[in-house]
Amino acid sequence: MEEGVVNEILQGPLRDVFDSKQLITDISGSGNNWAVGHKVFGSLYQEQILEKLRKSAEHCDCLQCFFVIHSMGGGTGSGLGTFLLKVLEDEFPEVYRFVTSVYPSGEDDVITSPYNSMLAMKELNEHADCVLPIDNQSLFDIISKIDLMVNSGKLGTAIKPKSLVTSSAGAFKKRQEKPFDAMNNIVANLLLNLTSSARFEGSLNMDLNEISMNLVPFPQLHYLVSSLTPLYTLADVNIPSRRLDQMFSDAFSKDHQLIQADPKHSLYLACALMVRGNVQISDLRRNIERLKPSLRFVSWNQEGWKTSLCSVPPVGHSHSLLALANNTCVKPTFIELRERFTRLYKKRAHLHHYLQIEGMEESCFTEAMSSLSALIQEYNQLDATKSMPAEDLPRLRVAV
Amino acid sequence: MSIVTVQLGQCGNQIGFEVFDALFSDSHCPQGLCSKRENEAYQASCKERFFSEEENGVPIARAVLVDMEPKVINQTLSKAAHSGRWKYGQHSCFCQKQGSGNNWAYGYSVHGPRHEESIMNLIQKEVEKCDSLNGFLIIMSMAGGTGSGLGAFVTQNLQDRYSNSLKMNQIIWPYGTGEVIVQNYNSILTLSHLYRSSDALLIHENDAVHKICAKLMNIKQISFRDINQVLAHQLGSVFQPTYSGEGSFHYRRNPLGDLMENLVPHPEFKMLGVRNIPQMSENSLAYSTFTWAGLLKHLRQMLISNAKMEEGIDWQVRPPLSGLPMLGKMSLNKEFHFNTSIANLVILRGKDVHSAELGAFKDPALYTSWLEPVHAFSVWKTQRAFSKYEKSAALVSNSQFLVKPLDMIVGKAWNMFASKAYIHQYTKFGIEEEDFLDSFTLLEQVIASYCNLGF
Repeated sequence: MEEGVVNEILQGPLRDVFDSKQLITDISGSGNNWAVGHKVFGSLYQEQILEKLRKSAEHCDCLQCFFVIHSMGGGTGSGLGTFLLKVLEDEFPEVYRFVTSVYPSGEDDVITSPYNSMLAMKELNEHADCVLPIDNQSLFDIISKIDLMVNSGKLGTAIKPKSLVTSSAGAFKKRQEKPFDAMNNIVANLLLNLTSSARFEGSLNMDLNEISMNLVPFPQLHYLVSSLTPLYTLADVNIPSRRLDQMFSDAFSKDHQLIQADPKHSLYLACALMVRGNVQISDLRRNIERLKPSLRFVSWNQEGWKTSLCSVPPVGHSHSLLALANNTCVKPTFIELRERFTRLYKKRAHLHHYLQIEGMEESCFTEAMSSLSALIQEYNQLDATKSMPAEDLPRLRVAV
Repeated sequence: MSIVTVQLGQCGNQIGFEVFDALFSDSHCPQGLCSKRENEAYQASCKERFFSEEENGVPIARAVLVDMEPKVINQTLSKAAHSGRWKYGQHSCFCQKQGSGNNWAYGYSVHGPRHEESIMNLIQKEVEKCDSLNGFLIIMSMAGGTGSGLGAFVTQNLQDRYSNSLKMNQIIWPYGTGEVIVQNYNSILTLSHLYRSSDALLIHENDAVHKICAKLMNIKQISFRDINQVLAHQLGSVFQPTYSGEGSFHYRRNPLGDLMENLVPHPEFKMLGVRNIPQMSENSLAYSTFTWAGLLKHLRQMLISNAKMEEGIDWQVRPPLSGLPMLGKMSLNKEFHFNTSIANLVILRGKDVHSAELGAFKDPALYTSWLEPVHAFSVWKTQRAFSKYEKSAALVSNSQFLVKPLDMIVGKAWNMFASKAYIHQYTKFGIEEEDFLDSFTLLEQVIASYCNLGF
């Protein structure tokens, strides 16, 4: 809803990739106000948005999925973005809606981000098929780790230049001034790996509709924690299989998650491993066997693994792994979100900016809060089963 | 008589390709170890069964390829065409764009009815190319969405439209751990539906084939291609031509019918398993010799101890002494359980095949009481060696082979069902909780029936 960012893209190296007729911009922006984005710009631009969506959809032989990419803390991405979700659901009910959401970190500089995030969460709960939450702190930690490896200059451990997950020309020097480019690059890689099996051949394909089918056991619980490995490849030509196994171990370590979360110490509902490159089914199975004992799965899904093998690795790597986990470790993120919201809301701080928008009432806030609380409660209930032993339920008995 | 193969889903198509390739390679193998005339008769029989002729002489597989997304079919078609030796028909495939999302309900209730006409037309065209149709071989997996759901739908349709032809489903049993999270749901829905509409279910377990690749073939980094090739070898050893009877040198014309007649005497018992021996890497083959006595001894013990391959066989298991009652019902947990058979078929291929001694397989102690061994046991033979093995034997068995895996799948599916996890994904497309319950009931019945065979 402001022109700066879109103009920059249109003047950048990828300007030909985007169809300039498929862009919608306004001038003043949403002022970090979810209500402005959702209610004001939503109704203003609904027709235009629908028209452009229909046009894009017409070009497709078979439309399977929408990717909505936005942040939760601002006004446009958060407000208009979630408005769009409802539009997509109404207009294209059979098409999956995948949302990549950047959640506000602890030291977020937008004061109203708790309000925006909370209001957006309700929409995500109700209208998204699958959400991949991401936070800037984790992304920043990842690129710091990469920088450390690059600059440590350990003897003999030169990093292949094109293999960095965040590689782009001259990225190193600019890192200090433009960390967001590198951080966003990681998210881009996430989406690349997510769609790799749909774009390339492999011995065990996995389409986007399979992600939702396998990883969302109950409609509400559709938040997936993602992790990406490897972040870089060493220049070693000889990659022993230990390196391959290391890749699997890394995928389950805290340092590789794209959101602050610790899946290993929480409860898994389901887990998907999307492997690219020269990896075969036996490697996959060996690693699952190896890692399984240290992971806690919910009692009714003890073998809750979904796997896929794509033959084509990402540029500069010989193999890569994207792990998507439906895990109760997202709960702390939501609890923290609720706490930050409550602190602001108790004082009614900045509330007038929202309430003065037509269509906004206090009930919007309280409803959003209960929606989130209900979600947290579901995760709590699942966590409570963590320590219970897995019981085999009595089966149907038939007369012989 | 000809067999039309329907390949469904990624698994079905990948395996189908390997099967036709194995059949073709074997029938053109120069080491048939038999006379030229014999070899030609074998080739001709194999060709009639599985391939039709095109003008420029390249045989075309009698197959219909179905998948709900295009990548695998395109790959399969081009692999066959590139081999230059055989290929698939140009218009034999049906393909969509969006896949089935591992959702049985989507494959069965959405894709099925939507594409019924197109798919059945393709099959009809293939059937018309046959002089005389023996039946259908349907290759599918249980774990995914297309093979399992659409496969069940297509089989049902085949039953309605070709009620006089036989249908045998080749079903791939997924790995116990994780290929697909909802694989147990998809499996029970598939099995229960196929039980009602198919004539026989020939089941191949990924876990078992994987072990064969690891232990017998010594493959270090096992790929799906390796697994599929072992599977194709097993299927080839069953379906390649054999003599039509004792003392005859003409090739059997009705393999599917004979198989069903021998192995599926009762509709409650349709689950067949395959074992074959020997199985080894080509390198080792050059250094090995076999005797029929040795091969058959191992095969028999594999049968009664329910071993999946010729290594690690439990030789402690013995048939119960005849006349004494079985002590207690078959417990699914017992270690030394003896595998009771309803019917067995042994297929022998290679040198001196007529000297093979099969008396041990006719022991009544191996079988249930309601069939005489003379009816329960049959043999097919040919002198013509299979796929470079000087002597090879395959066993197709209707026995308690699959009770334990079936029980495990039903148990896991039941646990998940009790928590209602993922059910909304199925009800979205018209498969209700009742359908699940029906499937559970049917399969519990099958498990119970097989368990009680010892009496």
